[in-house]
Amino acid sequence: MALLQIAEPGQSSLPHQHRLAVGIDLGTTNSLVATVRSGEAVTLPDHEGRHLLPSVVRYVSEDEVVVGAAAREYASSDAYNTIVSVKRLMGRGIKDVAAFGEVLPYEFEEDQGGMPFIKTIAGAKSPVEVSADILKVLVQRAEESLKGDLVGAVITVPAYFDDAQRQATKDAATLANINVLRLLSEPTAAAVAYGLDQKDEGVILVYDLGGGTFDVSVLRLTKGVFEVLATGGDSALGGDDFDRALAEWLAAQTGAATAMTAALSRQLMEQAREAKEQLTAEDNACINLQIDGKEVSVDVSKTQFDELISVLVDKTVRACKRVIRDAGLSLDDVQDIVMVGGSTRVPLVRERVAALFGRPLHVDIDPDRVVAIGAAIQADVLAGNKPDSEMLLLDVIPLSLGLETMGGLVEKVIHRNTSIPVARAQEFTTFQDGQTAMAVHILQGERELVEDCRSLARFVLQGIPPMVAGAAKIRVTFQVDADGLLNVEAKELSTGIESSIQVKPSYGLSDGQIADMLKASYSSAEEDKEKRFLREQKVDADRLISALEQAIVIDGQALLTADERKELESEIDLLKEVKAGSEAREIELGVERLAKVSDEFASRRMDLNIQRALQGHSIQEIEEIT
Amino acid sequence: MDIQQNYFSFLGLPESYNIDLQALSARYRELQKTLHPDRFAHLSEREKRMSVQYTAYLNEAVTTLKSPLGRAQYLLHLNGIDTISDASVKLEPAFLFEQMELRDDLEDIKAQVSPEKALGLFMDKVTGQLLEYQQAFSDCFDVRDAASLKTATAIVRKMQFMVKLQKEIELVENELD
Repeated sequence: MALLQIAEPGQSSLPHQHRLAVGIDLGTTNSLVATVRSGEAVTLPDHEGRHLLPSVVRYVSEDEVVVGAAAREYASSDAYNTIVSVKRLMGRGIKDVAAFGEVLPYEFEEDQGGMPFIKTIAGAKSPVEVSADILKVLVQRAEESLKGDLVGAVITVPAYFDDAQRQATKDAATLANINVLRLLSEPTAAAVAYGLDQKDEGVILVYDLGGGTFDVSVLRLTKGVFEVLATGGDSALGGDDFDRALAEWLAAQTGAATAMTAALSRQLMEQAREAKEQLTAEDNACINLQIDGKEVSVDVSKTQFDELISVLVDKTVRACKRVIRDAGLSLDDVQDIVMVGGSTRVPLVRERVAALFGRPLHVDIDPDRVVAIGAAIQADVLAGNKPDSEMLLLDVIPLSLGLETMGGLVEKVIHRNTSIPVARAQEFTTFQDGQTAMAVHILQGERELVEDCRSLARFVLQGIPPMVAGAAKIRVTFQVDADGLLNVEAKELSTGIESSIQVKPSYGLSDGQIADMLKASYSSAEEDKEKRFLREQKVDADRLISALEQAIVIDGQALLTADERKELESEIDLLKEVKAGSEAREIELGVERLAKVSDEFASRRMDLNIQRALQGHSIQEIEEIT
Repeated sequence: MDIQQNYFSFLGLPESYNIDLQALSARYRELQKTLHPDRFAHLSEREKRMSVQYTAYLNEAVTTLKSPLGRAQYLLHLNGIDTISDASVKLEPAFLFEQMELRDDLEDIKAQVSPEKALGLFMDKVTGQLLEYQQAFSDCFDVRDAASLKTATAIVRKMQFMVKLQKEIELVENELD
């Protein structure tokens, strides 16, 4: 039984095998993939040595997709087919997108669920599919570089991502054929990269200034439990604004402002960015421009640049103060400040943030890579490569979950900052005689009115037997898993009739849609798919068999009768036989069967583990007393 | 399966109102290390599902027992008394009158120009009262005969009022910024 092996530190069922797992930072501007190799977490480059993959996808034709720098070049000349910053559309409805308040250069079309599809030359693409195309490139890069199949990935999401956005991210991974070990919040990943999870307790501020977005999060660490206390920032502030400030100044200096063309504007932005990068290491930069066919050269000093961006940097500093206040803390409470995002290389940013807290900052890890590196460290642990690792990142739910009740009010079922996973049930009844259906509307947010919260899903529970008002008992169960993803079930209890339904968020893809998309992506490689499926089933079977055999050696004596043991062993032999064949479906069934017959043994071991965990405590406590 | 045990035996704690909260936290962390889905991330669906169930149960158990009111309600629940949805216990008029007065006090404090200090003192008063109820509950519950359980139930009702008042004070505090 596989679940049993981890209870025995140091006894991996397959000690010789290092399981390949990666951490993926799926960013708004750039994405990265990282892994732990020879004990060190590193990001993986492409063939040309580039680690950052611009999060840009261009659909060139029906069946040609280009991702990354090559796609970014076409961002303005082929804007309809070149999708940038797709992360901002994840888990959002067409109405949300319209409310962004800026003109996106895409043509949208709405599906039944209100999800925005982008019209491209390759057909209508959902944000989930576009993200999947980015993920596929990263996974391919990793598999080529590591020379093997991945067992899974940890994918990072912003701490404030709601259920719909997390679900969309997970769907993208499913579509890219990735086994998601965990969705991890970005600030937590950054803190892990710096090994802050090893500390006993403390308050950590994560300052993340990217190209176009600014996020700041306050985390509290208590003996391995990371809790996001508050998040804030500005979704329209980033390093690009620094470039713009400098470009505008350049235009004024050179008189280019009066003769502005699109090409000149691009040139100015480009040069401004280069100058900004130069000024991180030097006190002066020289900018050469071509204006009206003439060479113009301008010198800019660091002091000048600092002056231009000072207002912007101060804005981020104020946001830090606000978030700390929201968390109910003061500046002195913050013990660690982690800097994330390429724009934190700008010296003025570091100076101002360090001055705010009066402490040195964590800047040793490349700020572009730090999130991916943290994710890789956790992926390595979750893949089972470090059975002795104590690391455990416990998470809380960032926003409350509730149901619509009479009068357009939201009744909270699970409050924000509740430790996850969590399951909670609430009972409701009918309010009319003979009522046979009940509408369930699930919302996320802190406000009291339905219209102020995010609508996650609606469904109707049908088939309630007609009864007098108040006689039916409907139990609605919310379950949130370790990734912060929600499942809702509704059951009618009074008559024993149970109707239950699994809910996917509005603006998400249905499981059927995902299956169809997966199938479509396979159709060109049907044979590969079958081979892959067979291989996966064999791996599953091996995993179950070896873990179960080991479990029997360790605990069979204590937990199984002679008959039970004999039965299990003969079932194991049966699966071994099936596994030797090449019928993938048969093996799958065999795995299910063996899992089922060993369920009871698994439960007993789980209980034994609980007792051991508690006993370990008592012994420790006794030792402390004596 | 352990998941059907009551919260106290699940966590290896004596079934009593006075529990060692530090021991509770320590056991929580120990069990998380054994049960959390991250420990099963590389394993099969069946194991992951089991782990989610166990951990959700653990979280629920610890959240309930950590809360002074939740713990009291749970102990009564184990003795067949439902105080969460059943509010049929009658409270003496003196108590209800006192509650009205406390709420009036809160309204008065809200109307002050800078109510921070008064609010802090008011919170201390309410918390102090709640602590007294907790002690009273503990004393009653330890006897565990029908009469004392009935008294304990009434005390829980009173605790519910005070906890609600605490939440209202917190709301006012949040609005001050």
